[in-house]
Amino acid sequence: MKGILGKKVGMTQIFNENGEMIPVTVVEAGPCAVVQKKTEEIDGYNSIQLGFEDLKENKITKPVKGHFEKYGVNPKKYIEEFQVEGSETLEPGDEVKVDVFSAGDVVDVTGVSKGKGFAGTVKRWNFNTGPKTHGSRNYRRPGSIGAGSDPARVFKGKKMPGHMGAEKVTVQNLEVVKVDSEKNLLLVKGAIPGPKKGLLTIKAAVK
Amino acid sequence: MDLIKAIEQDQLKEEVPSFGPGDTLKVHVKVQEGGKERIQVFQGIVIKKKGGGIQETFTVRKISFGVGVERVFPLHSPKIAKIEVVRRGDVRRAKLYYLRERRGKAAQVKEKRF
Repeated sequence: MKGILGKKVGMTQIFNENGEMIPVTVVEAGPCAVVQKKTEEIDGYNSIQLGFEDLKENKITKPVKGHFEKYGVNPKKYIEEFQVEGSETLEPGDEVKVDVFSAGDVVDVTGVSKGKGFAGTVKRWNFNTGPKTHGSRNYRRPGSIGAGSDPARVFKGKKMPGHMGAEKVTVQNLEVVKVDSEKNLLLVKGAIPGPKKGLLTIKAAVK
Repeated sequence: MDLIKAIEQDQLKEEVPSFGPGDTLKVHVKVQEGGKERIQVFQGIVIKKKGGGIQETFTVRKISFGVGVERVFPLHSPKIAKIEVVRRGDVRRAKLYYLRERRGKAAQVKEKRF
């Protein structure tokens, strides 16, 4: 099964075997425990539920405790469902470690991007700024948002200021550069959404 | 942060000669040519050192057939087989960009006297 939960550690650079420098993001992934196994007969679809990082004693609520006790797993902080190939062989209580991936694999990484707050059109949609001089008072304004009495409304989906970031983002087709199964580390080429210590879902690439 | 430092530490070279801006170096670079690997020497004056740890780079400038050539090398790159310090230079600044505007004798760096 090629899927795991992890946390972003940060970015650095490493040399590959050709002596070229490549930018990598370090991800501390797993070990994850298989919590629940959903099957076609009972749940209508096949999937596997992974839990990552033990939950503190005082944070365990009764419903959470009940769910984990049913499958004989320690309560976990994060739970995520995976519908990926090769999950049929796993049973609740099994462990999924980084060694499911190997160097050269292509993965999709999902995370929650950094929140930018209420952002204007320049930052949010890459609008151009107005001139800063020559009597201009139109520095970072959006400009016209549409015609007048016809259509007499603003079209849906018009790019406007608003909340930016802190949303689910998937980056596709990133190469796994190195796997360190001793330290539970994955080195993925390129940037990954979210802040350091942010939760990440790593799966085999879909295309 | 320690995890990243540990990853970088593995990549660092154990021994790197100490040199600074103004020094003349012979940089032995591994070159791949038609499936064969050979060593090419690039000799010139260090005009800048930049960054730290795995990111550290240095720039070497030389005049080749009347044209100034600058190459930037990552200090810990496995492509660098050896770095030889030929001559120590006596300079007063960290970045020797002024050498770019000079030609001939004016573009020389004094040798350091100990």
